[in-house]
Amino acid sequence: MDRYCADVSSSHRKHMQKPDLQSLLKDLISVSGISGHEASVRRLIEDAWQPITNQLLSSRLGSLHGLVRGSGPEPRQSLLLAAHMDAIGFMVARITDGFIHLQAVGGIDPRVLPGQLVTVHGREDIPGLIVQPAAHLLPPKTGSGVVPLEHLLVDTGLRAEKVAELVRVGDLVSFAQPPFQMGSDLLAGHSLDNRASVAALTVCLHELRGRSLAWDVWAAATVQEEVTLFGAATSAFELRPSLAVAIDVTFGSGPGSPDHQTYPLGQCVTLGWGPNIHPALFESFKRLADELEIPWKMETLPVHSGTDAIRMQVASGGVPTMVVGIPLRYMHTPVEVVSLKDIQRAGRLLAEFAARLDADYLPKLEASFDPGSDNRA
Amino acid sequence: MTGSNPVESNRSTHSPTSSLDLRIGEEQLNLLERLTNACAVSGDEGEVRTIVLESVRSLPTVSEVRVDALGSVLVTCRGSAPERMRVMVAAHMDEVGLMITSSADDGFFRFDKVGGLDERQLAGKQVLVGKDHIPGVIGAKPIHLSQSEERKRAISIESMRIDVGPESAGRVKVGNWATFATKFTRIGDSIRAKALDDRLGVATLIELIRHAPPEVDLLAAFTVQEEVGLRGAQAAAYALDPQVAVVLDCTPANDLPPWDAGDEYSSENIRYNTRLDCGPALYVADRSTLTDPRLLRHFIQVASRSNIPYQIRQPGGGGTDAGSIHTQRAGIPAISISVPGRYLHTAASIARIQDWENTLRLVHAGLTELKPDLLAQSRQ
Repeated sequence: MDRYCADVSSSHRKHMQKPDLQSLLKDLISVSGISGHEASVRRLIEDAWQPITNQLLSSRLGSLHGLVRGSGPEPRQSLLLAAHMDAIGFMVARITDGFIHLQAVGGIDPRVLPGQLVTVHGREDIPGLIVQPAAHLLPPKTGSGVVPLEHLLVDTGLRAEKVAELVRVGDLVSFAQPPFQMGSDLLAGHSLDNRASVAALTVCLHELRGRSLAWDVWAAATVQEEVTLFGAATSAFELRPSLAVAIDVTFGSGPGSPDHQTYPLGQCVTLGWGPNIHPALFESFKRLADELEIPWKMETLPVHSGTDAIRMQVASGGVPTMVVGIPLRYMHTPVEVVSLKDIQRAGRLLAEFAARLDADYLPKLEASFDPGSDNRA
Repeated sequence: MTGSNPVESNRSTHSPTSSLDLRIGEEQLNLLERLTNACAVSGDEGEVRTIVLESVRSLPTVSEVRVDALGSVLVTCRGSAPERMRVMVAAHMDEVGLMITSSADDGFFRFDKVGGLDERQLAGKQVLVGKDHIPGVIGAKPIHLSQSEERKRAISIESMRIDVGPESAGRVKVGNWATFATKFTRIGDSIRAKALDDRLGVATLIELIRHAPPEVDLLAAFTVQEEVGLRGAQAAAYALDPQVAVVLDCTPANDLPPWDAGDEYSSENIRYNTRLDCGPALYVADRSTLTDPRLLRHFIQVASRSNIPYQIRQPGGGGTDAGSIHTQRAGIPAISISVPGRYLHTAASIARIQDWENTLRLVHAGLTELKPDLLAQSRQ
């Protein structure tokens, strides 16, 4: 995006007011940005990041890259902090008598869909409602149990001719429940996976204002995570970072979710552990969190992390990766719940990590796999 | 003209409205918006009652307003014609909803249904709990943590919780009511809101009171507890002791395409109950009432004469306050007339403004033309 290629003066950066996290996050979940169609949310993130980065660029796939330039000698190492900005949603599969059939974009349990408000992004945005037809209008035996997505319909309240005029197969359909505040710390809504992490990244960028960094820090709001992970793959290739951290939501404790797979809201961030994570990077985050008195829990990821870190790890010859998680309840439903406190903590942890990176960090990290090497500082 | 009570002198300043001039405009839609956004689960009708009392209390057409022992609002609009029928017109104020059934320090509350709700409509919804409208959500296990076999079974209400978060946990008490948090929206010619069943009836009845026809004594009953067994109407009908009753409700329009629509040998939707855009639905029979044929004939004739579209609701299940009204005292001939609405008893239902307007006109015209000799006719 050309208009953001120009450098932003650092004095301007220092004078930016810290935004209200709650209103930032409400804004971020009030737009759609379904995987592959992230423009609406990208515009909001551009507005939020423009004053707090030195440079803003868009990748060929549409990921947003914001640079906070370090002051160490060239060639500088760089840290990539990636949070995907895309969200799950739907596409119009076909239309029958003005009623819209849906195709899912991303993983959605059809049991949470009947009665959900949506926006149909046709020639204009139209409010819609996902409905479960009466039992006798469904195939035998379907009516009394779980009605699969293929038999749910969207009713726009408009007549068939109007729908035919405004809506086409392939149009996007997004969740439309307004943000719902539950007390001072919890926010409920759709797309908090992963706008919560985009907000954490924004908190991090604000924390970095006015601090002198040895490394370059790239903040990336990546595309298509929910479907292909290709946004992170291409951003990591293009930016060739020395280290990469994926910030994503993780399973929050709540009704019906097993305790051993979930993390309590408002009480911690999670630090990923497993083959997708560089063990020395994990150690650094762990020690830093303890030092900053940021409560954390280890998230065991025996196979992979289910995040952008999967692709970033193997990009351009391999990148040491880390995953920082924000607990979120009811993931992939329109009533995801997240704690603002946890977002704040994640943002601060990332900023402190970035600010403490120095010329010695990478050689030490590399030496951790090969204690005999000359890399040891 | 008979007598000269103060009400009639009031009425002299108030010129009767022609039924066909009645409109659903911004004022009526604003009232419906307030009514549908209000939370009033059966047994907790206070918020709607307040709006009703506020709306009718100072109207020049109103002779008497009282709230009965169950909480129903009974409004009398005495007519001025020499021979007048005593007509009860009822609409229920309550809606289906939920009740908190156990305490929870962690903010995850068990709950049960109040009225006929499909449990498959609950997961993933925003709700408002108690008098303070404390925001909560009914969540569901993430798709990532559930097995595909598990996702073929509906989520049981026993496994669901209303999550208000730890901060608000202390403000939620066992016995609190909860409703969907959906807000009223207009989309083209349609309205989308929770509780259109029966706030459409309540709003219609308020309009009827404003334009009360002098040809009858209008005994308006805004009833409670319809959704849990037609209870408010029972007491109200006894107290009002009308000659006939008209019940205003909202009835399902299942006018959706069948799943195989478009296939070569597709099935046809022959059980639609009612259809949107076809006007007010006149009941012939439901689970609890066989409509008085004289009233049915009367309203059909009025509709035909006045060119108001109407439809006959397909006979079958369901029920309205007529079920308890028509068996009160020595029997009260009754008919139900509903605005057709889709997806009733869920978080959001859809109805057409035109159907609502035609319902208002038909009921108003029907009352205007109602003569006491109707009941002298043979039932056949």
